[in-house]
Order: sequence, then structure tokens, then C-alpha cells
Amino acid sequence: MLRDPDLHVGAPRSRIDGVAKVTGEARYAAEHRAPDLAHGIVVSGAIARGRITSIDSSAALAVPGVIQVFTHENRRSTAWLDYNYQDEVAPPGSPFRPLYDAEIHFSGQPVALVVAEDYDAAAYAASLVRITYEAAEHATSLEAQAYKSYVPPKKRSGIKPPSPPRGDAPGAFTASPVMIEADYTHAVEHHNPMEPHASTVIWEGDGKLTVHDKTQGPQNSHSYVVAVFGLKADDVQVKNAYVGGAFGLGLRPHYQLFLAVMAALELKRSVRVVLTRDQMFTLSYRPHSLQTVKLGADRNGKLNAVIHAAVSGTSRFEDYQEDIVNWSGFLYQCDNAAFSYELAKLDTYTPSDMRAPGAATGMFAVEIAMDELAAETGTDPVELRLRNYADKDENQDKPFTSKELRACYAQAAERFGWSRRNPEPRATTEGRELVGWGMASGIWEAFMQKASARARLAADGTLEVATATSDIGTGTYTILAQIGADALGLRMEQVSVKIGDSSLPTSPIEGGSWTAASNGSAVMVACTAVREELFRKARGLDGSPLANVPPERVVFRGGRIAVADDPSRSVAISEVMRAAGLEVIEREETAQQDPATTKRYASYTHSAIFAEVKVDEDLGVVRVTRVVVAVAAGKIINPKTARSQILGGVVMGIGMALHEETMADHNLGRFMNHNLAEYHVPANADIHDIEVIFVEEHDDKISPIGVKGLGEIGIVGTAAAVANAIFHATGKRVRSLPITLDKLL
Amino acid sequence: MNNFSYTRAATVQEAVAALAAEPSAKFVAGGTNLIDLLKYNVERPTRLVDITRLPLRDIEEAPGGGLRIGALVPNSDLAYDERVEQRYPLLTSAILAGASPQLRNAASTGGNLLQRTRCYYFYDPGTPCNKREPGTGCPAITGQNRIHAILGTSEHCIATHPSDMCVALAALDARVQVTGPDGARSIPFAEFHRLPGDRPEIDTTLRHGEVITAIDLPAEDFSANHTYLKLRDRLSYAFALVSVAVALRIEDGVIRDARLALGGVAHKPWRDPDAESLLRGRAPIPEAFQAAAERVLRGAKGFEHNGFKIELARRAIVRALGQAARSTPQTQSDKRIK
Repeated sequence: MLRDPDLHVGAPRSRIDGVAKVTGEARYAAEHRAPDLAHGIVVSGAIARGRITSIDSSAALAVPGVIQVFTHENRRSTAWLDYNYQDEVAPPGSPFRPLYDAEIHFSGQPVALVVAEDYDAAAYAASLVRITYEAAEHATSLEAQAYKSYVPPKKRSGIKPPSPPRGDAPGAFTASPVMIEADYTHAVEHHNPMEPHASTVIWEGDGKLTVHDKTQGPQNSHSYVVAVFGLKADDVQVKNAYVGGAFGLGLRPHYQLFLAVMAALELKRSVRVVLTRDQMFTLSYRPHSLQTVKLGADRNGKLNAVIHAAVSGTSRFEDYQEDIVNWSGFLYQCDNAAFSYELAKLDTYTPSDMRAPGAATGMFAVEIAMDELAAETGTDPVELRLRNYADKDENQDKPFTSKELRACYAQAAERFGWSRRNPEPRATTEGRELVGWGMASGIWEAFMQKASARARLAADGTLEVATATSDIGTGTYTILAQIGADALGLRMEQVSVKIGDSSLPTSPIEGGSWTAASNGSAVMVACTAVREELFRKARGLDGSPLANVPPERVVFRGGRIAVADDPSRSVAISEVMRAAGLEVIEREETAQQDPATTKRYASYTHSAIFAEVKVDEDLGVVRVTRVVVAVAAGKIINPKTARSQILGGVVMGIGMALHEETMADHNLGRFMNHNLAEYHVPANADIHDIEVIFVEEHDDKISPIGVKGLGEIGIVGTAAAVANAIFHATGKRVRSLPITLDKLL
Repeated sequence: MNNFSYTRAATVQEAVAALAAEPSAKFVAGGTNLIDLLKYNVERPTRLVDITRLPLRDIEEAPGGGLRIGALVPNSDLAYDERVEQRYPLLTSAILAGASPQLRNAASTGGNLLQRTRCYYFYDPGTPCNKREPGTGCPAITGQNRIHAILGTSEHCIATHPSDMCVALAALDARVQVTGPDGARSIPFAEFHRLPGDRPEIDTTLRHGEVITAIDLPAEDFSANHTYLKLRDRLSYAFALVSVAVALRIEDGVIRDARLALGGVAHKPWRDPDAESLLRGRAPIPEAFQAAAERVLRGAKGFEHNGFKIELARRAIVRALGQAARSTPQTQSDKRIK
């Protein structure tokens, strides 16, 4: 199909924020300046549980340039009720309150904030704050605490609890000719975006604050600040024009925001607080979990029973929940299924959503188990998945808005050369290396959230679109410009995008892969309203070439409005604006999914991922030499930024498979490898060819623009594909991530 | 980071005098490790004596046929020096196995010897550590010890030395030239780093006030049969779990001289003269390699998370000896292990 070269949606476009980012013009939260800016350094606690018995700040206060040392003993009073601390995505519980009292809830808890005229004085003084503790017994090991697991009494909003059982899963399992039963675990992972968490609070005078915060949701941070400190909504503006990666860590407000605002209000001056890389390991993380998957099947691999159980760690003060166990029910047809999900309390900070929360965790287990079933029944892994292909969401008994997973399997397999695979493990060698090919499915729920946007067309024919979402590196600026440009027939350069500001039209936080569908639809709807008004004006002009032409017969193209079948009849947008005497046409609109759709249908993005590994078995060294992933995610607005999203997800999935692991010392109750030298993410040498295929998928239900979202799907299934490839190479089934070399010796 | 004074030394004598006068002063050259440690409040010097302007940046022919490497030669310059590439390719390979290009550009030869352990606890002033604060204890022994030592440990410390370059220098029998308040002396490489014993806070036999001026490489030629094999948790930019430097002299199918040094397993680059002598006079066959590996690891002791290093080291030694004997040294750009 030939593309219309004037259209932007669907065409690869470079990031419109790219130049600002590579030239340094783009400012991140810690880079905003203010006259008289003071610098805050957080003092992190040393014990995992107990009480502070004394704080001696005298040496710190004596350092020249130090303004104040804030602790629980001298902080200003803040809101009393948990409700005020609960942000948009807070799980049930009692959110952590920085510097609230002497209680220590987790290792690395902020216990003081040293504020000084310059960063170095604050950093030095912070090292001089002397704190004594009375330690209490702590528990940070999930393995040790799992026996005390419980069903979370209160469900986290927006997270599916385990689906009710159907059929008789235990009975069908034991009656199955083939039974697969195994335990799976993965390590705690920290998000570690390149940009550390930081807040620069600009004191505007009269109690007004402009807060540059590292967040995925400026309005979420805004409500938090207003509620916690009892401020007027109009007195606070939160901005996050540029975000240096987040992966979910920016969903909830973190303690640097509280501390920076607290200090600014107290000192009545601008304050910046930046966390160090080690302190980034005192924030949220992907929780460790212990999973059991049981698959019962006939000798051809057709599933009779699926049982998926998980126990995850959470903090003692909040019940963080994610959907780990439901995914097999969305993917595979099976009459008998049972799911359970429990939590165990640990003396750590609360975990949080990290790229594909729950799915990355649950699907690694399900998709290794499926590979085990394939091996056990002698079925090709792709064929096994096709045999069990679900044509509806069995957990919810709903049809899909669309599901092109079959095409994903077929196209990725073809591209990968899967048909040449020798099914026998250990059958292929290349020099000293064993070669293995593995595959897995990926799935993520496609969401569309209610979102508003404003479109403003100026007299010169330029367009500004605005909505309070964030671009965390995903390409949101660019796709919103593409949507706006196409709506009014403009060039990309004629469209400016305003996001990352709490004062803009209401938006959910950026997350869940829903931004393109939600904010993209809102921008489209707002631009459509502008377009309709513009057309009315154009048609009403004296001697209008569009007189009596119905709206469906015109096209907006090249800055002009023209009759589709008679391009000689046209008028320039700027001419319409001038003739009608208009400075601007501005519309704010809200887009949301039709509630009937949500009720009737289930919607997911899907992927099929194929990986090749080469393993030096003697030394346990694994190289992931090739990955092909096919993704079905509805309409792809920008194949270039979309591909980058998937590449990033796959790299993170390879990291999950082979590298990423935050190691706790349970004697101390503390994460120990808290820097990027010792917390390993893949280096360039670990990454080879990754090929991304977007499968054509038409979906007219998920969102008005047919978009499903791409942020998470790249990571889901990747770790399983790598683990399955390692099994195929070596015959060793490793069910605990990361697969470090010692597990293969 | 604490407040400190700063002095830039123009001559070696000036540098030595500046340091000797102040017990908590430190030299700084490339700063690739020291500055991090300052930021973590692990090192708290009262004064930094900047030695980057000292005239120690040359690589020169040494009397007797070896090379003398100035202490301030950047790691990258050393690795890519033509004489080093041709006569000491083991050293080039080991340097290129370490860190990143940016770090190697900044790091100095002398500083590489003085980099401190990557033990998690040492880097975290929120925890006890005998190396950082003598007498506070070693939580690594019962804690997260995946990256820790299996040889030469003590009940006070199980940290490892993190350098790759030093493993090659140990194998090559380098000598460390130092100048201090009492004049110049020369330290055999094997005696430069020490085991933790009951003084784990002391990494080397360098005395306070002594500055490394040069590293001497002897004239022995191992360029035909050598390798540096490094195993780590990702394929680049990670410290060694186990690394092996091998230098052999093979004549008429017989190993005449053998050098075998290990990294990532001890508080210092680990050499075992007994294991090397087991190789001398033998044909380069797997049985001989296996025997040498067994010998090196005879006293190895694993902890909860690093027991795998013993078997990994055994296999790595055998593989590395094979690479060296076959004249197929491990390249550091292709991550496939030969």
C-alpha cells in the first residue's frame, strides 16, 4: 500500500525534542536554575528497622555555608492523614512520610536533609551528621518470610486480582498425562533511569512554588505537594518538560520531592535536592517473587490445567500489588485454571511498577513452563502455542478488541529461520560454543485512559497542542506533533507540543503504555474540534471556494483546506484566519474509551520473540547473538520511535535474563550493590542484532486512533526466550533469573 | 566529600615532601577511583597532592632490554604503545579487558596499582568494614560475597584486588620503582600488594610518602604464547569474577618457562610458583594444565555465594593455558572465548 507522503502518522519521524536533548538545551529536573538556589543533600539511614535515638547536627551546622539540617525533630508539620500522602497510583496502605518520626522502616531511609549555599558544603556537612539508632529485628528475605504470606485484604486500584478459578484445575492437573511443575524466581531489580531523581523547587515569592520534578506525572506530584503541605492548588506548578528515563520509578512521588518542597517552604527560598546513585537504590524496585507454575496437558501439549501461584515481597506499610498470575489465562485456551497471588511483608521500601510490572515477572515463568511442556511432549514451541491459542480472554470471558498474535509467531519465526531449528537440545555447536534457539510470547494489557488536551491554532497557521502528560524518552512529543500535524494538514515544524506541566489539561500519569492511545486520542479530538471550527469559518467567508462543500469532501493538506476531488478549490489556513479576523482558534477536549467497549472487550498487545544464544558451556558465558521480535500493537504512529521502544524493552529483557540483580545483605537488611558498576545492566558488548517487526493490526475499539501502546511489550517474554534458548543450547533448565555464569557451570 | 587542601607538585621530591608532612594526605593522578571514594566518604584525605604534572609520562627502553613505564602514562597509551603491543601483548590485552575507554584514557599506570577493592561493604560507609574502618568487622564473610576472594583470605577481610593490568604485571615479573622520604627503592611486583591478614586496611607495601615513579618490565619475551582471559557478569565493563594471565615460553614442544597469575580471586594478583614449576619441563597438554590448576586452587576456600569461583577458576586456568599454548590469545574485542 502506498503511503501518502504528506501524512505524518504512520511515517518514521525523528524526535522533535532530539536536538534540544543532544545540545543540552533540554533541562532536566536537577538542571533548572534560580537566583539564591540552596542545595539539599539527603542523609540516608543505616539500619533496616528500629528507632533513631539521637541526631547530632552540630558538626554539620558548623560547616560554612550550611543553612539548616532538617530532621524529624525540627521539620514543619505536614498533613496528618494517610489520604493526603496517597498519590494517583498508591497501593493500599500508609505511604512513607519522610522525616516523620524516629521510626526506621527500611535501610537507606532518609533521616536528615542538609541544606547549604552550595552542593559541596551540603555534601560534606551531610557526612558529619551523627545518628545513633536502636535497632529492632528486621526481615528482608522473601524466602524467609514467604511462610507468612497473605492475600492482600485491600485490592490495589487498577490492578487485576487473581482471576477466579475455572473448572477443576488441581483435579485436571493430576489427571493429565503430562505434568509440568516447577518453581521460578527472579531477582529484585531497580529501575535505574540514567537521570537520578531530583526536584528543584523555585520559590516564586508569596508562597508560590514552581517545582521541576523528576516524575512521570506532573499533576500527580502537584496533588501530592498540595495535599501534603496544605497549599493552594494555584500556588504550586509542577513541571517535567524532560525526563531522563523512568521505567515506572517516576510514577509515585519520591522523598526528594517532599524534602525539597519542605525546605523551600521553611527557608522561603529555592531549593534543589538530587539523589545520588546509591540513594536511587533506596527507592522502589521490581519486587522479588517466588512463583510456581503447573501445566497439565495431553500428549500433544494441549493444556488441561494451568495453575499459577506467586508470592511477592512488599513493604511493611503498603500492599504493593501487580498482576503476575493472570497472563496465561489471557494467552492460552484452558478449561481448568487457578491463580493465586499473595504478599509477604519485608522491612524494605515499597516496591513499585517497573516496566511491564507483573507481566515481565509472570510471563517469564509461564513461558519457560510452556517451553518445558514443549520439550516434554516433543512439540515445537511455536506449534505448542498455536495449539493452545486463546480466541477470547478466558479469565474474563470477553472477546479481544484485536489479536494478531498468530501473525506475530509466523512473521518472527519466518524472519528468524525457526523452521531450520533442530529440536534436540545440545545439537548445534559452533566452535566451542553451543548454539540455542528459544522463543516466547509476550503480552501486555492495552489501556486507554481518560485524558484531555488543548489545541490552539494561531493566525499564522501554526498549531500548539498541550496536555499534562510526560515524555520519559518514549517519543510522546513527536507522536503528538504527528497527530496534530495530520489533523490540520500541517508540516511537523508548524506544530509545537506542550507537555510536562501540571497546569496543562488533565492527563493521567505517563505509564502503563497508555500515553499514545490516551493523550494521542485527546490531541486528535481537540484538533478535530479546531478543524471543524476552522472549516465553518472557511466556508462562511465571502466568495469561499468551499461554499456549500460538506466537511467530508474537504482535505486539510499543505496548510490549505481543499476540496478533495477538486484541489483547485482551496484556501490557505492563514487566509481563513485573517479574513475571519481570528487571532486563534482554541479548543480543549477530553477523550475516553467508550465504557461499553471496556465492559464487552478485553484488549492486549502481543508479541512473539525469538532469541539465539551462544554458550561457552565450560565457562558459563552466554552471548545473545540474535533477537527477532514481532509486535502487534494496533496502529503504529511512528515506526522509528516505536522501534526504539521495543529495542529498549528487549535490551532490558536481556538484562533481566542475564544481568540485573539487586543483592541484599539480609543480616544488615540492606541492598549492597548500589551503584552501576556492580548493578549490571547490559553493556554494548552484550547486545547484538535485534530485529523488530510490527505486525499489521487493525483495532477500532481500543482507542479512537487505533493505538495500543508499546512501552512495556518489548520486555515481556524476552527473559523467557533467552532462558529457553539457553536450555536448547545446553540442556540446562535455569528457572532463576538472572542466569549468571555460575548457574551454568 | 570532605574538605581538603590541594597542592600541585612540580617535582617528585616536592610531591614526596608534601605527602610525608601530612599523615592523611593522598596523591591524586587520574583520579578514576580516588574521586569516587571521596564522593562516597570512604577516603577522607586532608590534602590531595596532585602529581599529574610530574615528568613521569614516558615509556622508555630500560637498560638490559626491558621497558620502563612512567607512572603517569595513561592506561590507554600504555596498551596501544607499539613496543608494548609487540613485546608485551599480554599487558595490552589485560589493560583492554578492564574498565571502559574513557576510564582507560584517564587512569594512570601507577594509579592502577593503587585502586581499591570493589567490595560492596567497603564502598558503603553505612556498613561495617575492616578495610575502611579497622576493627568494625567484615559483613561480607557472612553476607553478599559473590565477588569476593577464594584464596589468601583472612577472618578480617575477603576482598579482592580489582585490577586487570596488575594481573598481567604480576605474570610478567614487573618491578615497581618508588621514591620516598628515604630515597628510591624497587619492589618486585609479587611483593607490592599484600594479603589482608589482620591489617586489611593496608593494600600494599608502599610506605606513606612514597610515590610510584615507574613500572619496569623485564626483557623476557612471552609474546608467542600468552593470553589474558577474563570472566565476568557481563561481557564488558565489569570487574573480573575470575581472570587468568598466562605467559609461556615453549621450545621444542616443552614448556620452558611458565607464568600464571589470577585476578578476582584474592586480595592481590595471585601467583603460585609451585603451580608454575609443575608446568616447566612438561608438554603443553591438558593434563599438565589441569595439574597446575589443581595446584593453584589447593587451598581455595569459598563462601556462601562465591564457591563457584573455585571451579570457574580451575576451568579458566585450563582454558587460558590452552589459549597460550596454541598461540590463540583471547582478544578483548570479540567476546567469543577461544
